Parts: sequence; structure tokens; C-alpha cells
Amino acid sequence: MLLVGRGALPFPCCLLISLRDLGLQRHITYCRAAIHPLSGRAARRAPAGRNTTTAAAVAAPEQSKHQTKQNKGGQQAAKTAWEAIVGIECHIQLNTRTKAFCSCSNQFGGQPNAHVCPVCLAHPGALPVLNQETVHKGMLASLALNCSIAHTSKFDRKQYFYPDLPKGYQISQYDIPLGSSGSLELMFKDGTKRQVSIERAHLEEDAGKLVHGGSDQLSGSTHSLVDYNRAGVPLLEVVSGPDLRSGREAAAYAAELHRIMSLVGVIDVHAQDAVMRCDVNVSVRKKGEEQLRTRVEVKNMNSLSAIQKAVEYEMERQVELIESGRESEIVQETRLFDEDKGHTFSMRKKEGLADYRYFPEPDLPLLQIEENIISEVKDSLPEMPSAARQRLLQLKLPIADVLTLTDDMETATYLSAVLAAGAPPKQAANWVMGDLLGYCKEHKAHIGDLDLTPQLLAEMITLIESGTISGKIGKQILPDLIKGKVSPGSLEKWVKTEGLAQISDEATIAAMIDEVLASKPQELEQYRGGKTKLQGFFVGLVMKESQGRVNPAIMNKILMQRLQATKS
Amino acid sequence: MFQRRPLQLATRLLNAAQRHTRSAGVQSFITVDDDQVRRSAADIDERIRAGDGSSLGPLAGVVMGIKDTLCTQGLRTTAGSRMLENYTPPYDATSVGRLRKADMLLAGKCNCDAFAMGSTTEASDYHVTRNPWDQNRVPGGSSGGSAAAVAAGQCIATLGSDTGGSIRQPASFCGVVGIKPTYGRVSRYGLIAYASSLDCVGPLARCVEDAAAVLNVISGHDKADATSSTQDIPDFTQGLEPRESLQSRPLQGVRIGVVQQMMGEGVAEGVTAAVDRACRHLESLGAELLEVVVPSLELGTPAYYVLATSEASSNLARYDGIRYGLSSAGEKQELKALYRNTRGTGLNAEVKRRILMGTHALSAGFIDAYYKRAQQVRTLIRQGFHDALQQVDVLIGPAAPTPAFELGTVINDPLTMYKNDVLTVGLNLAGLPAVAVPCGFDDKTASNPLPVCVQIMGRAFDEARLIKVAHVFEQTADFAFGIPDSCSQNGRI
Ligand SMILES: [Zn+2]
Repeated sequence: MLLVGRGALPFPCCLLISLRDLGLQRHITYCRAAIHPLSGRAARRAPAGRNTTTAAAVAAPEQSKHQTKQNKGGQQAAKTAWEAIVGIECHIQLNTRTKAFCSCSNQFGGQPNAHVCPVCLAHPGALPVLNQETVHKGMLASLALNCSIAHTSKFDRKQYFYPDLPKGYQISQYDIPLGSSGSLELMFKDGTKRQVSIERAHLEEDAGKLVHGGSDQLSGSTHSLVDYNRAGVPLLEVVSGPDLRSGREAAAYAAELHRIMSLVGVIDVHAQDAVMRCDVNVSVRKKGEEQLRTRVEVKNMNSLSAIQKAVEYEMERQVELIESGRESEIVQETRLFDEDKGHTFSMRKKEGLADYRYFPEPDLPLLQIEENIISEVKDSLPEMPSAARQRLLQLKLPIADVLTLTDDMETATYLSAVLAAGAPPKQAANWVMGDLLGYCKEHKAHIGDLDLTPQLLAEMITLIESGTISGKIGKQILPDLIKGKVSPGSLEKWVKTEGLAQISDEATIAAMIDEVLASKPQELEQYRGGKTKLQGFFVGLVMKESQGRVNPAIMNKILMQRLQATKS
Repeated sequence: MFQRRPLQLATRLLNAAQRHTRSAGVQSFITVDDDQVRRSAADIDERIRAGDGSSLGPLAGVVMGIKDTLCTQGLRTTAGSRMLENYTPPYDATSVGRLRKADMLLAGKCNCDAFAMGSTTEASDYHVTRNPWDQNRVPGGSSGGSAAAVAAGQCIATLGSDTGGSIRQPASFCGVVGIKPTYGRVSRYGLIAYASSLDCVGPLARCVEDAAAVLNVISGHDKADATSSTQDIPDFTQGLEPRESLQSRPLQGVRIGVVQQMMGEGVAEGVTAAVDRACRHLESLGAELLEVVVPSLELGTPAYYVLATSEASSNLARYDGIRYGLSSAGEKQELKALYRNTRGTGLNAEVKRRILMGTHALSAGFIDAYYKRAQQVRTLIRQGFHDALQQVDVLIGPAAPTPAFELGTVINDPLTMYKNDVLTVGLNLAGLPAVAVPCGFDDKTASNPLPVCVQIMGRAFDEARLIKVAHVFEQTADFAFGIPDSCSQNGRI
């Protein structure tokens, strides 16, 4: 007879069995190792039946009506009396190895729904776990934008229904963002600068992608498929203050943001798809006015030219409406920019604010970051573009050059190393901007990947400056240097063994000149007769004779002496 | 050493389970996986025969039922809802995976109110589970199937989940032991979420020691659940002495607080009497009993219903008919129709009611008055329990204000049903552990006496102490236990 427990209870019944009665309950070892459903093969296996559908079919949502408007006349007015008030929200895809809240690969391309698991497909019972690399990259980016990092922030659920949003909510940060109160500095070709405030930088997850069937656009499609590869990819949303005043400034802001994100290595600069998607908020006002008018949001742009043109178009459209007494037609709405047609069109009107019913994400604990971690990340930051520009300007480089050199911070970093190796700024900048960037453009190479190290380039420039080789020889040997034929530190020796060193010995040069003049009596006669522009002809011959190695200054001096001597 | 071979035992239990699955029976299960159980049991038999018994896990041969809100890889998991009628999870809940690794035999999935929303299991979209003590009564809920399966002798132990009392109340209605662990003690990964900040997975069993043995296996940190705790796990079965080994006053030095708000108005006389008797018994075992008030406890029910439904409205948004589960767009093949039809037909009235309540509580203009206010109340209640537990080692009170309801009496009266959670929800808001253990019957003279449980509540991660007190009580309180007729050896049903 089996009893409940260890024999105490007075109700005999064969079906009431305790573990101890089975004789099986012995020393119990804890099964502490979690059976991690995310890493096992089992989790990758697609669920059975309907659940296996890799791209689930959904009916296409009602299409939005295109609203086209031709605006021509407002242009002049917009240019003179009006200015735009522009703020930008940028979604930056962080290049972490795995998604923000599961261990799926954060990779572009691949078959639809190849990078999915119970967590990012929002299967019943699946839970998010925050990827630490997401936090690290979010901090790097925020600190690069001069934001303060919240020691305690949290995640919230932003709720809405859409087929590409698996959980029916997006995990985001609502009232306590990771980063806040930052700034970024723009510089324009005329040397003016603009400080743009960064209101906040917060972490969130991306949604999947709808692929429309039966047509390449939503309009006209018969059905839609959902690809969840992108669902759960970490994003940093960076929100600027309303500090930009034109399309040009808006584009410059986006460019600077992209530059900084590339510099700190939080975005995939080689990605096929856009890694930054920008929404711009645009309203207009007369210069000098304080009052703000209704603003319009233009969503989802991923090129600088689209941002610039969309702002410019919106400015014209809004100014024209105001000036023709139809200001009431500017309504709070979300518009899209059609790049082909160059205009914006209404996607949806905002009837009051959308209610996302934010509340704290109960599946994730508070995000707590110690001060020493923050300082560690801060100390690891490289020089920012604004500081680099400042430094280069102080070296008396022209603004246009400084902007070119800091356009891609890889170039600026390279140049800094050349300067650190002792090359004079003007010359170093010219070599980098001219020959090196030219070579990179032609060969689609990155300057940092070249075998020509900054040290070697500095050596070459120094040899030219000291007169050891001529600038012409410099250009001539540059391809060899880029191909790595010479190792740093041995350039001077190499040019000498190769016979490339400049000839500065006056007697040698004089002998060469005499030889050339002697070989061209006819031309010499003509020169004597007053055809002085033949001087260049002689210079060319001497250069040819010496294979470009004579010191041009010395050669010119002696040549003139000889020519004038014969003349008199 | 083995008094019965696992296969022989499993077969007996399965027969009982299946007998009860027929329309007239207790019907604890939604899905019974008898082929798999028999195969696993035969495999364990074989390992024992081959002398490989030492490699077996601590729960080898133990037939268990799992509440249908916990995902079981390869075995249909419905959460009691039509929405997931054809859903077979591609993964195991962490707690289930740990039980499998401990070589339990998984008998099947226990009935529950859809998405654990209910207190009677009548809100299951499949069938009504009946109370093994009185087939005209409910087994409680939402883990009603899990409690009934143990009470009816169909399983040695089961897993349930407790969001606002869903383990303790059915344990009380069915007269079995249930443990609601500290929030975070057991991983929620794979538990189909009702209210994430309140949900706890825990065991139900016939005796405290069995429940503790199951808790041993399922406890512990899980990398897949960011809210799971990294606290050390004691051996919860350690020091659980049988009656004959106990000293005369085994609870000497234990200070027990009787929660005053749980003993008065709104609690049935039979229940109060049974709990009173249990208290006197505990005193006779050497415990010191004190009257204790848990400040703010009475605010628990409204706060609970605001927070739980708010989270539920969000957690259930994923059932949209797109990736898995029910999907029906009806005649109009477009997105809104898909949402409307799928959710309209897949979610039952109680689930819809709670989603609507929660959506409202989080809406602009209402969130401050409801959700945020409720969070403040939650802080007060947590503080209240903390203060009360400064004075005493454990708290005690009834696990439910009444014995089991008759079928159909509260299912159409949601307000009465919600009020019935008054004794349990406070503990969930505070995240604290409790053990529900049978303490007698409401009216022993009745033809159908109904069981009643006390809940022994304590500090965070102090389950071991609660288990010890409950165990001493169980070993010594003969008056507290019984076995329903439906669970007789002959299997009358
Ligand atoms: Zn994933």
C-alpha cells in the first residue's frame, strides 16, 4: 500500500503516491543550466502546420490616397522672407551581432524569415532578453552626440497593431531615454557653424518588412507577405531639437549624424539597405517671427538629397498656402516624399495624437549603468568631426579643404597620422585630398586600408620638402608606395638605390644644360632672335634628359644664366 | 526498492486520467499524451532493468500534468483558448524542460480558464472541469485542471501558474498542496503570459514534500527570462521530517502572524472555523501566534485588476492571426477583417472583458487615474507586507474566502468572481511566496464535505521556511486531510 508523504496520512489509496514512495527521490541535483530555447536547434525548427509559414499572408491594408500638388510660385517668397523650422528623428540601425532581444543574427539579406526565433516571432510565452552589445553601442553613439547617459533607464511598450509588428507592441524607451541633452555641430562651406541640440537618443527594436504581392507597391497589391528578419533589430532613435532652418541644414545634419555613427562604429557602412531612416518635422515662419505654425511630418527618408528636397518642397508648399490665404489647409499630418516626382503627399491625417498606451515593459528589469562604465565608454571615443575640423582650421587649411578632409572621418584620421609623422599640413592635405582620395575613388578603396601608411606618406613629403626627391618623382613613385613596394623607414634609401634622388649639384646640372643647348643650335638661335618662350622647350629637354630628377629651381637658375649669357 | 514499475504506475494513472476525460468525469485535461507517456515509462523501466537507474533524474517515473498555459514542445498548447486550438509550440517552457530533464513523465495538458483569466476553469473554451469532491462544483481556477488532476489521483504532481491566486485558490477548492513561489524564483519563459509582472509558475501535489521536490527541479535562474532571480536555491525537501521523527513542539520559536483582514467579513464561516482550528493546532506545535494587520491589503483587488488587465491587454496583442494560431479573415480578405474575425472568434467573453478593461486603463486621459494609481497602491501593499513580515516569520490566512462554488454560480457574475480573489492577489502584487496546504473542511457533517486550505505566506525567497511549517502541519494535522470518493481505489467514475 502506497501512502502520501512519508507515511503519515491516514487515507490509504493506491493512486495517491508520493515521490518518496516510488523510491526514486534520492539526492536531488539541481538542474541549474537553463535549457536555452534560443540557442538550441529546436528553437530554430519551424513550428508545424500553419505555423511553418515562413512569410505569412495578410491582406493589404487600405491604400493611402496620393495627394499631389503643384507648387511653383512660392519659391521666391520662401527664399527671402520665410524660414523653415525643422527637427529630425533618425532611426539608426545598430550593427550588433545579434538582435536586440534574442540571439538571432542581425544580418542583412538572406532568405525571408531565415533569422527568426520564438522571441522575435512573438510566440506565446517567449520573453525578451536585452543584448548587452545593444546597450554598449547605444551608449557609444549617445556619448558621441554629447548626450548624458541615464544611470537608470527603462524600456516601455509602444502599442499598435500592424502585421510587421509581431508582439502588437514595440519595445522602446518612452519617458527615460538612454541618452538626453546632447548636441552636434554643423559647419558649412562659408565657415559658419550651427549647434543642433539632440533632445534624446533611445533604444528600441525594428519591425519586420511587408513585401507586397501582385504589385511592387502597396497600392495595387493583392496581398502582402511579412519578412521578420528585421524584426527585433536594435535601433537608436535620435531626436534633434527644432534647430534646423532649411533643407540644406537638414541634409547637413543627417550627413553629420551618419559621419559620427560611422566614426564610432555603430552602423554597418557597407550595408546594402539604408541604416538610417529619417522623419522630418517641418513648419515655416517669417524670419524674425517667434510664433510657430502647424507642423507636418515627412516620414521615412533614407537619402540626404531626399531630406533636403522634401524640406524644400514642404517649405514652398506651406508658404504658398499661407500667402494665398489657405493656411488652414496645412494640417498636422504624416506625409511621404516621392523622390521621382520630387514632392510630398499625405499618408494619413493625425486626428488628435495617436495613443500608443505606453507602459513600462514588465519583462525587462530597469537598465542600470554604473558611472565607471559610462566614463570607460566616453574615454574610448575617437576625435569627433567638429574637433577635427577645428584642429585642421587652426593649421590654416582652407575651409573647403577641411570640409573635404573631414567628410569621411577615415580621411581625417589618416591625415592626422600623416601630420603626426612630421609632414607639413598644407602639403600633407594636398597629397591626401588629391592623389590619395583620387586613387581611392578610382579603385573604390578605403584610405585606411591602403598599404601606404601615413608614416610612409609623411616620409615621402619630407623627402620632397628637403629636396631629396622632386615633387614630380613623388607623383611618379606614389603607385609603388600604394602597392606596398617600400616599407616605412626605408624610403630614402630606396629612392637612392633606384636612382630617383633629385640632382642638386650645380656643376652636374650645368653640364646637362650645356649638352642640351649644344644639341639644339637651331632653337638656341631662335631664342637669341627673341623667341623667349622657347625657354620651356629647353626646360622640358633637361627634365627629360635627367628623367625628372634635376632640382627645378637650380636648373632654372643656371638655364637662365646660360641663355642670357649667349644672348648678350 | 521500486514498489511499482514506472510503466505499471503510469498506466494506472493514465487509466484514471482517461476515465476522467470522458464527459461524465472530472475532465482535468485538455490534451492527454498517453502514447508518449507509455513510451517514456517503458524507457525508464528498461533503464532500471539494465541497471542504469542511477542515471535517472530526480523525477523519473513521476507522472505529471502541465497547465495548458505552459508551452510543451511538440505537444499542443492551447492556454484554454480557441485562439490556440491548433498551436503546437516549437519549444519547451523552461520549467517544463527542467522537468523533462529530471525524467518526469508528461501525461498531458491540464484544463484552465482561457489565458488563465478566471477563478473557476469554467472560462476554458474546451470543457468544464469538475471538482473531484463534488461534481456539481468547480475546481477553482485558473489552474483548476492542475488541482483536480492531483485531487482525483490522475497525476502525482502538476504545474500551475498563479497570477492572482490561480494556484492557491484551486488547491483550496480541491484540497491539495500548492506552492506559489516568489516572483522570479521560477522562470516564466514559455509561460503564456497573462500579466507579466505577476505571473508565477508553481507546483501542485498531494503532499508538501512532493510539491517541494518539484519546486527543487523548476527553480533557478534562466538566461531566457530577464526577470528570473539569481538567488541561491536551497534543497526545499531538506529537513522535512516525518511525523514519527518530529519533536513534541517542532514549531517552537516560529512566529506566525494571523492576517486579521483575511479572517473577517466576506470569508465564509466554515472557512474561518477551519483556519482557526489550524491556528490552534499550530500553536500546539509550539508556534507563537500573533494578530497582524497588513497595511493597505484591502486595496489589493482593484489595483490587481487594473494592473493585470493592463498587462494582459498588451500581452494578448500578439494573437492577431498572422503567424500562428487561429486565423480567419472571413469573407473580406483584408487586414482589419482578419484582426476582427480572428480576435472576435478566438477570444472568449472573459478574455475580451479583461482586454477592454486593460486597454481603457492604459488609455490617454485614464492612465493616471488607473494604471499609475494602481502602481502606487502596489508599492503600498509591498511595503505593507514588508512591515508585517518584520514582526513575524510567516503570515497565515485562508487561501480562498469560500469553499468551491457550485457550477455556473459566478461565471456570469464577474464582479463576484473578481471579489473572490481578495485573499490572494495582494501577495502577487508584493511578489511574495506562499504555500497553500489543506487545513480541514468547511462542514464535516455535510454529505459532501468541501476542503479548505490555509496559505502560509512569507518573505521573498523564503519558500524553504514556508514549506517546513506547512510540512509539520501536514504531518501532524490528521483532521485536515481527506480523499474524495471519486479518487477511490476502485475508480467509481
Ligand atoms: Zn529571434
